[in-house]
Amino acid sequence: MTLLEAVDVHVEFTSRGRRARAVDGVNLTVGEGEIVALVGESGCGKTTLARTLLGLERPASGAVRYGGAPLTYSTRALKAYRREVQLVPQDPTGSLNPRHTVYEAVAEGPRIHGLPGERERVASALSRAGLRPPERFFPVYPHELSGGQRQRVVIAGALALDPKVLVADEPVASLDASVRGEILALLLRLRAELGLSALVVTHDLGLAWNIADRVAVMYLGRIVESGPVEQVLSAPSHPYTQALLSVLPESPAPIVLGGEPPDPTRVPGGCRFHPRCQVLAGGKAAEAGVDGRCRSQPLSILPAVPGSRVACYFAEVSRAPL
Amino acid sequence: MTSPETRPGTRPEARRGGLLELRDVAVTYRSAAGDVPAVRGVSLELAEGEALGVAGESGSGKSTLALALLRLLPKTARVTGEIMLDGEDVLAMTWGRLRAVRWASASVVFQGAQHALNPVRRVGTQIAEPLLVHRMATPARARTRVTELLEQVGLPAWRARSYPHELSGGQRQRVMIAMALACEPQLIIADEPTTALDVMIQAQVLTLIRSLIAGRGISLIMISHDLSVLAATCDRLAVMYAGRLVETGPSREVFTGARHPYSRALAEAFPTVGDFASRMAPRGLGGDPPDPMRLPGGCSFHPRCPVALPSCAWRDVELWPADRAPEEPASPASSAPSHTAACVHVLPDPEAGPEPETTGEDETPAGRPAKESA
Repeated sequence: MTLLEAVDVHVEFTSRGRRARAVDGVNLTVGEGEIVALVGESGCGKTTLARTLLGLERPASGAVRYGGAPLTYSTRALKAYRREVQLVPQDPTGSLNPRHTVYEAVAEGPRIHGLPGERERVASALSRAGLRPPERFFPVYPHELSGGQRQRVVIAGALALDPKVLVADEPVASLDASVRGEILALLLRLRAELGLSALVVTHDLGLAWNIADRVAVMYLGRIVESGPVEQVLSAPSHPYTQALLSVLPESPAPIVLGGEPPDPTRVPGGCRFHPRCQVLAGGKAAEAGVDGRCRSQPLSILPAVPGSRVACYFAEVSRAPL
Repeated sequence: MTSPETRPGTRPEARRGGLLELRDVAVTYRSAAGDVPAVRGVSLELAEGEALGVAGESGSGKSTLALALLRLLPKTARVTGEIMLDGEDVLAMTWGRLRAVRWASASVVFQGAQHALNPVRRVGTQIAEPLLVHRMATPARARTRVTELLEQVGLPAWRARSYPHELSGGQRQRVMIAMALACEPQLIIADEPTTALDVMIQAQVLTLIRSLIAGRGISLIMISHDLSVLAATCDRLAVMYAGRLVETGPSREVFTGARHPYSRALAEAFPTVGDFASRMAPRGLGGDPPDPMRLPGGCSFHPRCPVALPSCAWRDVELWPADRAPEEPASPASSAPSHTAACVHVLPDPEAGPEPETTGEDETPAGRPAKESA
């Protein structure tokens, strides 16, 4: 059942007098007990979309729905909403107050929400996050912990409110290689034990392969391909997904796209990926007779469905005869 | 799986010995709380034109080791051992000689280009600086050289007039690489050159580094915690844990057939997308890296080791030949073992001592302490 949903969400900013379409029409759902990975390069709008789903940004149009009802943006409604949908921030060192002990860091949420049984709540959150025995960590300060332990404290802070959904922004990007697997395993265990859903925002396709059920690939404010992880990452249809996978260190034939990630104040016409598209540049799109559409005809916004979907003219025609 | 044309894992021209030789290098930081041993006896060789990847997590000593090569460490660090760069001991050099060697013979691409570049000077001026300081070019010639260098790293010439904040992360890293190449050094030390970058930008920078060193005889030492990135860029890998080398060998062999359990954990930390063994099964390593001031006795990895024997608690093993199964032909043209690991499990008989002495006491389950740790 769908728990958290983005329905045709647009988010805009003004950047140096220009309108930046950071999120430019996105449909996305996170089901109960489901882990969804939102992947893309810096500047593609994935973090803005996550902030919008948390109620930290208001969409210019479209809506965020939770449990079927659209989000209301009153202070009281947002406070209640954030008990259910919790953020796990990117940098645990930066997000912990160095003058607060682990106990105070984890107890902050329950205090704000006036929840009873603070001590038991903190102890149970810490031990669910893998810091056992929890009492030993109560008086400890962040600088006395390793990077992996700090990330567990941050996760415990989220768990202390008994949320239904975690929104994790690059949860392992700042951690060492050996700790990475442990934190990802923790997210899987929380799903198994507590039925937690998660939206994991990342640029790391290996992370999606490790823990996500579904993946959505975002490029310049739009989702360009989405579907079950096995399908999308083993047999990608969109040229952008293909390129992202091809530059992983183990890949035999890297397709290195030129240029920097594009600018949301200058979204190209037609398919927004066409100026960097290797299929268009290599002439395959012309062979298939779709190159005109690639350059000039805007693509429709992908619907949020469980199966795999791709926003690409070439993929549509090359997939049909199979 | 990888083609030898695009991946340098099997570059034939790399010959052993030569450009850089480390002998028993140790670095100790003096602090108020006592001495902190960051690097504890590392011996390495780097051939001309060879690319070596040094892997390990934070606190393993890999960055300290890299900075020690050019004596770039703070005054609190005491470096011992021998660092021979092109036949000359870096640790014995005068400051004048050291200044001449820095940039001209060996240069560094630092982690986090936004902090390593001067924010108030144009990037062209910064690239030209080592050329002018080392009197390797006249100001006019330096300007031409800056244009050439920017072109080599894939930036347009007009970028010379930009300030660092006007560039993206990938472009700043390209500027750092141009600076490192400016004086045509024999050795480039790259400390986590792609860590903060996106996958696509990372791929661009790695392709650039590979193409720039290939065919010029430049040697490369690249530091990272991502074994897969190192394996794709370097000929050989050296894995560090708690200030020591725990495994060295040809990249492919260490990455796909690691013999030390720590190297294996690092290799498995980044899954291969499409490999169903890692689907919904992230693999990590329990525990945390040890505090260098309170290193565990015996093998310093034993408290986190999934395959530790009881004897590992007091017994420390040095790097030991760990070439693959004997049916594989030994790599020709080298008498020294190409693959080594510091683990009891690579010894002929893990339960016995590492010396091939034969006594009848094989039944003792704990084995004998082969070498008491200091």
